Amino acid sequence: MSEHEREETETQEQRNLGFWLYLMSDAVIFALLFATYAIMIRGTDGGPTGKQLFDLNNAALETVLLLVSSTTFGFASLSARTGNRGGAIGWLAVTFLLGVGFVFLEVREFAGMIAVGAGPDRSGFLSAFFTLVGTHGVHVTMGLLWILIMSAQIVLKGLTAPVVSRLYRLGLFWHFLDIAWVGIFSIVYLPGLL
Amino acid sequence: MFGKLTIEALPLYSAIAAGGAAVTVGGALLVALVLTWLKAWKYLWTDWLTSVDHKRIGIMYIVLALIMLLRGFIDALMMRAQQAMALNAGGYLPPEHFDQIFSSHGTIMIFFMAMPFMTGLINLIMPLQVGTRDVAFPWLNAVSLWLTAAGAALVMVSLVIGKFSTAGWTGYPPYSGIEHNPGVGVDYWIWAVLISGIGSTMSGINFMVTILKRRAPGMTLMRMTPFTWTALCASVLMVFTFPAITVACGLLALDRVAGMHFFTNAHGGNMMNYANLFWIWGHPEVYILVLPAFGIFSEVVATFSRKRLFGYESLAYATAAIAFLSATVWLHHFFTMGASANVNAVFGIATMIIAVPTGVKVFNWLLTMYRGRIDFHPSMMWSIGFIVTFVIGGMTGVLLAIPPADFLVHNTTFLVAHFHNMIIPGVLFGYLAGYMYWFPKAFGFELNRGWGAASFWCWLIGFYLAFMPLYLVGLKGMPRRMETYNDPTWQPYLMVAALGAVVVLCGIVSMVVQLYVSIRDRKLAADRTGDPFDGGALEWSTSSPPPPYNFAVLPTVGDREPFREAKKNGTAYRRPASYTPIRIPSNTPAAVILGGFAFVLGFAVIWHIWWLVVVSAIAMFITVIARSSDDHAEFTLSAGEVKRIEDERFRQLGGRA
Repeated sequence: MSEHEREETETQEQRNLGFWLYLMSDAVIFALLFATYAIMIRGTDGGPTGKQLFDLNNAALETVLLLVSSTTFGFASLSARTGNRGGAIGWLAVTFLLGVGFVFLEVREFAGMIAVGAGPDRSGFLSAFFTLVGTHGVHVTMGLLWILIMSAQIVLKGLTAPVVSRLYRLGLFWHFLDIAWVGIFSIVYLPGLL
Repeated sequence: MFGKLTIEALPLYSAIAAGGAAVTVGGALLVALVLTWLKAWKYLWTDWLTSVDHKRIGIMYIVLALIMLLRGFIDALMMRAQQAMALNAGGYLPPEHFDQIFSSHGTIMIFFMAMPFMTGLINLIMPLQVGTRDVAFPWLNAVSLWLTAAGAALVMVSLVIGKFSTAGWTGYPPYSGIEHNPGVGVDYWIWAVLISGIGSTMSGINFMVTILKRRAPGMTLMRMTPFTWTALCASVLMVFTFPAITVACGLLALDRVAGMHFFTNAHGGNMMNYANLFWIWGHPEVYILVLPAFGIFSEVVATFSRKRLFGYESLAYATAAIAFLSATVWLHHFFTMGASANVNAVFGIATMIIAVPTGVKVFNWLLTMYRGRIDFHPSMMWSIGFIVTFVIGGMTGVLLAIPPADFLVHNTTFLVAHFHNMIIPGVLFGYLAGYMYWFPKAFGFELNRGWGAASFWCWLIGFYLAFMPLYLVGLKGMPRRMETYNDPTWQPYLMVAALGAVVVLCGIVSMVVQLYVSIRDRKLAADRTGDPFDGGALEWSTSSPPPPYNFAVLPTVGDREPFREAKKNGTAYRRPASYTPIRIPSNTPAAVILGGFAFVLGFAVIWHIWWLVVVSAIAMFITVIARSSDDHAEFTLSAGEVKRIEDERFRQLGGRA
């Protein structure tokens, strides 16, 4: 390995560690939003509760879309590693569509709740619900934008070392959102309905 | 079109407020005029504002901190003057204005004086001490700087357009909620803190990766300098606790802007959750600030005692222990919340335990000085002044850690005296020691010792005069943040405190004079060797100021004090057989542009100018994408160029080489 390549590898390793640290920092944000939600469950102010508002079918479908999108992202990563440009872009496109489906379902759920007067300004409980789930949704939307940008980079630049390295970090981000969602499903939707 | 912004926002409601605005605008115009007169705009832009060099970024952070120190201190002086005369509604400030002043004083001193000062010193020195050419992410480093500057600018702009928060530096709801505080003041506070807080989180990540991944070959963790150890622990805390203030301020903003009910009185809100979220960040923040200062004291005490640091390993472990414990004590900021006695007891005991590793450090410094050959450089004076004063503050802290005792003095000036007694010696004295110790490294000439000593004595005496009376009057029951009072027995104490503030002012004036005198006499106090104090760490092995690449050949480390070892073995200042080309990150305007748009974004949210929020957010997004798609953000300094710079260095070294 030449001096230049060694430096390049070290740079990417540092970026990966930095990105991990960012994710852990972001995980603290989610942890505090989860804690806030947990203490505000009973702050419904006489308004609707989770039991009245949540739809397990919708949440289950969202879960399926997001978890499958993680798998398809995995295929995109594998294609990128073997230098298969078309495969990488194709799998990223599938991931993107699944992500869009997830965001669509979430927006529809939010809009439905707001329509029946159960918006985030109704009670402390709903403020906490919309903020926790919405923060995750904003992350997914950012991830979708990032997928578009990375697809453009793969088309324009090819699977160069910096591009593959960025794709790796996008993968970390995307899988991290899965974990956050599993938390939301188990702490928000399931207990709210059972 | 302009949201809530109208001509009414100008501070014409009182002569003092208008005066403050005039000084702010006048100061900015004066700086602009001087820059134009010196024809320095281009130099400033190409060599500084767009720089991604960690040393320049560090210097810019410290300049920001010193400017904000002046602003925050003027606030302090105004408060002390008000309270000295405020018996029976005396004084010169209306309550609304007084409340803005104590709120901005705290906000500025923590977020825009102490934080940038610390980040600046770490930026300037830590990469040199670990023997690398830059931090891990140079452009992100510049982004952190400009986000911090954007937050500071929002606080300054609140003097001219609208009002600042009246809810104190902690912004407790429900008072800071929209119901009780419909103006823009709290929004200024929220967005200044949020924007700069994101910058601090990213600085923490940057420093952690730099220390963990970019140390010179041979530098194990247990060979790092004490300052690098404390920088690492402070960075861990920055990464993992700044999210808490982001959440606290973010939720408060949602309450205010989107009508949510996180912290409201009614509708299922829970205001005590805010206190928890705020202090989950707020208590570790104290250690984010104080640990690097401990690191500086450790370097300074060892260097000026002409000894190795006593008990290096215990100091490293104590640092890590303090960092860990600091995240377990936040509830002691609100013992009176109404948690059960057992909860209070747990947090009280955890608080007292922190005194143990801190005590270990005090003995490290004392025993380093013991039988040392002490040189009373101003940095050393700050360190000794710190040890004595900090121990007093620590003892009042242990007193406050006992919940029943805390109930008695809760929210009194006793508490104000306590935390100033920790932060002024523990943080500010440390940073000023670092400023006077590393100044020659940054600029190539030493600061005047006489004026440095004068500044130290004024600060120390002024501190005791200003805060010891506050302990006493607090024990007599005076609440903090009083705009007026009717107990005549308090007034003598407050007059002494005001006198103390004036003595501190003399200390600040001495610092300004010191800077002026030192620049004037820079040829006489030039540091040609790069090692003016016979230091042991790697930063002293390069020239002062260091070349853009820091080290022509990356050092190999086999000792805790590698440069002292090299000097002893005669391997220091040795010319390498040949030089290799060095890659250096290119300057970029992206970071300063991003900071500018962040400022506009914050300003637009504060005034509800929604179209501008969208425009600036898109502009920020495009800036980030454009910069991060760039695969060639660096240039190569040829071996010949490196040789030319190094030849000049060896010519200056003369006989030493």
